Amino acid sequence: MLFFTHFGRYLLMIKGMFTKPENMKMYWKELMHQCAEIGIGSLGIVVIISVFIGAVSTVQTAYQLVSPVLPKSIIAQIVRDTVILEFAPTLTCIVLAGVVGSKIASELGNMRVSEQIDALEIMGINTKAYLVMPKILGALIVIPMLVILAAVLGVWGGRMAGTLAHILSHAEFDKGLLTNFVPYNVSFSLVKAYTFAFIISSIPAYYGYFVKGGALEIGRASTSAVVSSCIMILFADYVLAAILLP
Amino acid sequence: MIEIKNIRKSFGDVVVIDSVSAMLEPGKANLIIGTSGSGKTVLMKCLVGLFEPDSGEIYYDGKDFTMMDEEERKELRQQIGMLFQGSALFDSMTVEQNVMFPLDMFTQWTFTQKLKRVNEVLDRVNLQDANHKFPAEISGGMKKRVGIARAIVLNPKYLFCDEPNSGLDPQTALVIDKLIYQITKEFNTTTVVNTHDMNSVMEIGDHIIYMYQGKKEWEGNNKEIIFSKSKLLNDFIFASEFLQDAKDMRMLELKGKISNERNMDDLLK
Repeated sequence: MLFFTHFGRYLLMIKGMFTKPENMKMYWKELMHQCAEIGIGSLGIVVIISVFIGAVSTVQTAYQLVSPVLPKSIIAQIVRDTVILEFAPTLTCIVLAGVVGSKIASELGNMRVSEQIDALEIMGINTKAYLVMPKILGALIVIPMLVILAAVLGVWGGRMAGTLAHILSHAEFDKGLLTNFVPYNVSFSLVKAYTFAFIISSIPAYYGYFVKGGALEIGRASTSAVVSSCIMILFADYVLAAILLP
Repeated sequence: MIEIKNIRKSFGDVVVIDSVSAMLEPGKANLIIGTSGSGKTVLMKCLVGLFEPDSGEIYYDGKDFTMMDEEERKELRQQIGMLFQGSALFDSMTVEQNVMFPLDMFTQWTFTQKLKRVNEVLDRVNLQDANHKFPAEISGGMKKRVGIARAIVLNPKYLFCDEPNSGLDPQTALVIDKLIYQITKEFNTTTVVNTHDMNSVMEIGDHIIYMYQGKKEWEGNNKEIIFSKSKLLNDFIFASEFLQDAKDMRMLELKGKISNERNMDDLLK
C-alpha cells in the first residue's frame, strides 16, 4: 500500500513539473548549472571506473578463454560488447546513482528542511518545475554523454591492459573490435542510458523534495534514494534487455 | 487587507486551528502570539497557502484565496513577502544574489537596475558591505535582515514574518522589530508577525491575536493587553514573577496617569 502512495505522489511530482516557466532565462541558467554539476562532478569517477572495468574485462576474458582454437582477437569482441551493452550503461549509472542521486536528494532535502523550498513557493515559483525539472533534464542530457565516454574509455582500458599484460597486441585487439560489430548495441546502450538517467535523477528528487524532519531524515532520504534508484536500474536493465534484445 | 473567516485545519485527528476569524489591516503590525503548539505557524502557513485549510475562507482585498487557482495564486504571491524563522536564504547564493533573486525571476530589468534596487533595500535594512558574503558567513541578525530585504524587494502589499526574533539577542531582536514596524508604516503593508517574544508584543503590537490550543482566545492591541482579564493570556504574557511585578507597576503607573489623581510615588506608598 505504501508503495502505491509513494508511486502516486511521485507521478504527481512529475506531472507538477510541466507548467509555464516564470522566467525562461532563469530556468535555462539552472539547467546549465545542473548539467555542469552532474557532468563535471561525476567525470572523475566515471573515467576511473570505466578504464579499470575495461582492463579487468580483458584480463579475465583472456583467463577464461583457454582454447587454442579461438583467435585472441575474440577477447576484444567480448570486451567491446560487454562494455557497450552492460558495463558502460549499467555499472556507470549504478555508480552515478550513488554520486548524483545522493547529491540531488540531500540538496533538495536540505532546501526543504531549511524552508528554502517554502520561500520559493511563497514567491510564486513552481518549485517542482524550477528545482526538479532542471535536474532531470540535466541528467538526461549529460548522463548519456558520460555513458558514451565510459564505453570508449572502457574499450581503451581493455586495449591497454591487453598489451601491458602481454595478452594480445594492439593490432589483434583492433581487429577484434572491428569484427562483427553490431551498431544496434550502441543504440540499445543509449536507450538504457536515458532510462537510467531518468531514474537516477527523478527518484532522488522525489525523496529529497518530500523529506520531513531534520538532518537525520535528510541522511535517511539520501540512502533510500540511492537504494531505490539502484534497484530500479537493475529492474529496468532486465526489462529493457528482455524487450529490446532480439 | 486580509480577512480570515472560520479557518479550520487538522492533521489526522488533531485539530490545530479551530474556527479562527480575524481581520488583518494594512499599515498595522498584526501579531499572532501564543505558546508553542498553539497553531500560530499553521495559521500563517494557511494564510500564505503552504497548507490548505480544511474549511473557512481567506480574503486578500476581497478575493477568496482558498478558491483561487494556481495561476491566480502565483500572481497574488508576487505581492507577498515572507521572512522565515530560519531566514531560508539560499545557501549557494551571496547576500546580493539572494535579494536579487525575486527581481531576476519576476522583472525584465537590466542588471544595473536590479543592483540599484538591491542596494536600496539593503541600505533600508542597514546592511551595507555584505553584498558578496554567503549566508554561512554572516550572523543570525544579519540573516534576518537579508531575509527582510529579500521579502520587501518587490514592494509587497503583504508581509509575513514567522518568529522574526527567534535565536536573536534582545537588542538585535528590537532592531528587527523596529525595522518590520517601520517598513509596515512606510509602505502601508499588511504585516503579520508570528511571535512569542514579549518585547515585540509591547513594542509593535498594533493588533494582537492570542491563540490558545488552536482557538483565538483574545484580540486587542498592546495598550489593551495589560488590562486583559483573560487568565490564559496573562499566564502567557506575564509568565515570570518579574514580568508580573512589572505589569502591576505599569498598571499602577497607567492608572495614575489616567485618573490624573496621584503620581507613581503616591501609589507606591
